[in-house]
Amino acid sequence: MTETVVFAVCAVGAVASGAAVFAVDSMARATFALLASFLFTGTAVLLLGLSYLGVLVVLMMVMEMMVMAVFMVMYMMNPAGLMPMSMVHNRNGALAVSAGVFLLLAAGVVLVPWPEAGGAPPADPAFALGEAVMGRHMLVMMLVGMVLFATMVAATVLATSRGRYDRYGDDLRREHPDDPIGGGLGR
Amino acid sequence: MNGTTAPLWAAPLVPALLLALGYGAAAGTAALRARAAGAAPSAALAAPARESARLLVQRRRTVPGADVLLWRLGGALVPVAAVLGALVVPLGPTAVSDLSVGVVWFNAMEVLVWAALWMLGWGSNSVWGLVGGYRFLVQGLSYELPHMFALTCAALGAGSLRVGDVVAAQEQVWFAALMPAAFAVYLVSAMAMAFWGPFGAPVGRDLAGGAVAELSGVDRLVLGVGRYMFLALVAAMAVPLFLGGDAGPLLPGWVWTLAKTAGVLGLLVWLGHRLPAVRMDRFAEAAWVVLVPVTLLQALAVAVYVLVR
Repeated sequence: MTETVVFAVCAVGAVASGAAVFAVDSMARATFALLASFLFTGTAVLLLGLSYLGVLVVLMMVMEMMVMAVFMVMYMMNPAGLMPMSMVHNRNGALAVSAGVFLLLAAGVVLVPWPEAGGAPPADPAFALGEAVMGRHMLVMMLVGMVLFATMVAATVLATSRGRYDRYGDDLRREHPDDPIGGGLGR
Repeated sequence: MNGTTAPLWAAPLVPALLLALGYGAAAGTAALRARAAGAAPSAALAAPARESARLLVQRRRTVPGADVLLWRLGGALVPVAAVLGALVVPLGPTAVSDLSVGVVWFNAMEVLVWAALWMLGWGSNSVWGLVGGYRFLVQGLSYELPHMFALTCAALGAGSLRVGDVVAAQEQVWFAALMPAAFAVYLVSAMAMAFWGPFGAPVGRDLAGGAVAELSGVDRLVLGVGRYMFLALVAAMAVPLFLGGDAGPLLPGWVWTLAKTAGVLGLLVWLGHRLPAVRMDRFAEAAWVVLVPVTLLQALAVAVYVLVR
């Protein structure tokens, strides 16, 4: 009973705060409405007994949305006037597409023949889920994770306009680098 | 016997204890300040109570164009995050909720404070507040990784994310002795998470109060109380993670937990008084270039120790 109530609150809350992202008139509020939506979803994951994944969703989403807030405010459409703003372009078309996608997904929930639950839940559902999703490809997925991370670092290195010659001089002989913001270590 | 769950009536005890410890930290800070100023430190013990009473009757400042919803939410989130985080911290052998992922839960509640301070800074529609909020984000991002790796070291040593298991794994030797680098990094990064002492730049005087610049009256009281409760939380969490939890001779476990917590909290308060403020634009580098490799090496050492043990 309690689980049903919590699930209902989280389900309605996630959809409502997701919709609020497009209804509020400030980028900051849109960010935190999206964050609230993620937190409701994280609570729903907790209900499945996946405590590690649920808490991880809360942890990662708060951090991620705080970084997002910086970039969303930085790149927003009308930087001259922060408020009011709108997240919506082409209101009618966007409404039609999003309503269609929502109906499609909701229809999937009802129409897909879900398998019958058999047996008791495993002792460690997070572990079992990882096995079920990754299976024999765990090593590959871990390597892909490393490659993705290396790609991000490499992209940042390539994107930055300053290289080691800017920092240490043409012959790389400068004692202390010439940085726009001095590091705390005097390197 | 570690990792038991307290009855439900014990839950109100958590905010009460955090408040008491936080009051102690505030009084200690006031006493250190009074001594440095040449005044009698004993008179400072009631200073937090006097300041609270003053803030309670102070009129609330209103700011044109403020985002009041986010502003109030940000202030309220800090004490709420502190109390929620403290639910997994055991007093004696008992925590209100000994989650199987208690260490991750604690970290998640710490990160809520990032959102809180940014909301405070943004909501006040003040340039000082905004700069303070962004400063705290830089600080949080820089010090979260070393913090996370320090927590990981303790969890790795115990082979579990359950706080009760981490305490149980320290029966032979405390993790503070087994992994001193992780303990030191935990204390440093915990101060950064609580924007305390040298890491107080997000609410620094050079910004006229930074993220709390426009706060007044009861809003400022809530934030101030929340900040000291949060400081008490990070001090309290150091005890089960690194200082053997409730282990100690003669006295009952809960007395040892409280005594160790008070010790760590006193150390943080003293450090906060002694150390000068650091500039986060400069000290982000220290976190990435020094603390992250140190904690990674510490984690490697702990992993090898666990394997050969």
